[in-house]
Amino acid sequence: MSLLDIAGLDVVLGGKSLVRGLSFEIGEGELLGLVGPNGAGKSTLVKAVAQLLEYRGEIRFQGRPLNALSARERARCLAYLSQEDPVQWPISVRDLVGLGRHPYRGSWWRGAGRSGTGDLEAIESAMRLTDVWRLRERRVTELSGGERARARLARVLVVEAPLILADEPVAALDPRHQLQVMQLLRSACQSGRGVLVVLHDLTLASRFCDRLVMMDRGELIATGTPTEVLTAENLARTYGVRAVMGEHDGQGYVVPWDTSEPLRS
Amino acid sequence: MFQIRPRSLTLVLVLTLLGLSLASLCFGEAPLSLGEVVGGLLGTGTEEQRLIVQQIRLPRVLLAWLVGCSLGASGAALQGLLRNPLAEPGLLGISASAGLGAVVALYFGLTALSLWALPVAAMSFALLATAVLYALTRAGSTNLTLILAGIALSSLATALTSLALNLAPNPGGVQDIVLWLLGSIADRSFDDVWLCLPFVIVGLALLLLTGPSLDVLALGEGEARTLGVDLGRLRGLIILGSALSVGATVAVSGAIGFVGLVVPHLLRRFVDYRPGRLLLPSALGGAVLILAADIAVRLLDTPKELMLGVVTALIGAPFFMALVLRSRRDML
Repeated sequence: MSLLDIAGLDVVLGGKSLVRGLSFEIGEGELLGLVGPNGAGKSTLVKAVAQLLEYRGEIRFQGRPLNALSARERARCLAYLSQEDPVQWPISVRDLVGLGRHPYRGSWWRGAGRSGTGDLEAIESAMRLTDVWRLRERRVTELSGGERARARLARVLVVEAPLILADEPVAALDPRHQLQVMQLLRSACQSGRGVLVVLHDLTLASRFCDRLVMMDRGELIATGTPTEVLTAENLARTYGVRAVMGEHDGQGYVVPWDTSEPLRS
Repeated sequence: MFQIRPRSLTLVLVLTLLGLSLASLCFGEAPLSLGEVVGGLLGTGTEEQRLIVQQIRLPRVLLAWLVGCSLGASGAALQGLLRNPLAEPGLLGISASAGLGAVVALYFGLTALSLWALPVAAMSFALLATAVLYALTRAGSTNLTLILAGIALSSLATALTSLALNLAPNPGGVQDIVLWLLGSIADRSFDDVWLCLPFVIVGLALLLLTGPSLDVLALGEGEARTLGVDLGRLRGLIILGSALSVGATVAVSGAIGFVGLVVPHLLRRFVDYRPGRLLLPSALGGAVLILAADIAVRLLDTPKELMLGVVTALIGAPFFMALVLRSRRDML
């Protein structure tokens, strides 16, 4: 059964059509990569799914329209990691991660600011998974870019939502932590969760994702397994690059090597 | 820097507030001992002591609480909402707009029609100013544009207030208005306390409700919304809460600046920088600061008693300058 169904999605922002007629689905336990050049509408699509933008079309979660759920129900169904890193105050890493338990808080007069033991366990395990437990007392503003990215990912995991939307979670990370984050998202899927992840690194996309959705200029270009989507023709058509492609241990890799004249139809 | 745990911070502030309140009842032109103050409060002392304590000094103490709590809590809430440590009701022109509302009510003689005309006019103008600021920050503005907008709003309100004074037919009334605009809680009665009390209580309650949502807003608007924070409701609560509490207190005390800026800044480290947990301590801290400044005003040996708003501005403006310089250095 599919976890998320998107059908005929249109997003218009400030008179500009940013996403046009997009349809795809994410199954339970599926890691779906969203790829495409800058300005393709990937972030816009993710924001629309997170109900942060107005849209036309259908977005269904487990068969129910996502915009019909209450804000609280929705907060427990999907967790969103934004592309920007806008944490404003120098709060501690543990407090930052703890904010992910907000959808489970009681009313303000009960347990305001306090966490139950279930919360504390969830917080600790998410922080250990993302390797930020030893940073728990540090201020978010003092962290390196990579440490902060992992702390924010822990904040998303701690929601324990069936659907995770991650907008470029590995952009600021070194190779080791890039692999670690992708492995984490991969293992998050094993418990039946679905993950939609925006990626620019095509090798990571090819190696870790079950399926890819490729977008360009707001439209769906290709969808399918990584080998079906990351073809020389599609790469030239969307990114305008020629890539070195090969296989290692039965998994494909894609290394963009040279620019090509984009073949626009 | 000495360390206070977040939980004991509230207790420390409450005790300081009570201590200063007693001190404030003691000091003045006719100094009273603690025993005489207690006697005056309970009505067991002499008639004169009872009059001084109950009619003159107690309203002053209570107004210090109300004004301080309003400014402190509004400052903390606005900083959390706008995600900006420089937000403050005075700096953003909310206080000046409330002052304009009050002057309009005085100028057009609305105060003769109803006792409530003054606070209602002040609150309406404060509400309008906050809504304008909010609309500006919606359009993705930076710290700089927000502060510039606040300055513009503040200048406009001050200019319109001056215009009203300029055209005022009665010179005697003008001096009253000018003095009142400088900000003071001296020579106020229980009538003033009752006039603003209900609005301050409602306003503070609305502000304190926003704590958990403000904490989550530290993540940014998008992620906060996906965690179930209703941004529209949050903004509404804070705009209404600050307008009610600041508007009502400006109506009786005039504009007292910088308290809403300084207090959250001083207390933030003790609540682990969590914007939501900062609300209650900032309210209490605001009251402590106003009370302390009001005692200082009386103890200073000046030919004429200084106005409270003048003193807070004299301390607050250099502080603000330092804060701006530091935030500029952090950005570089």
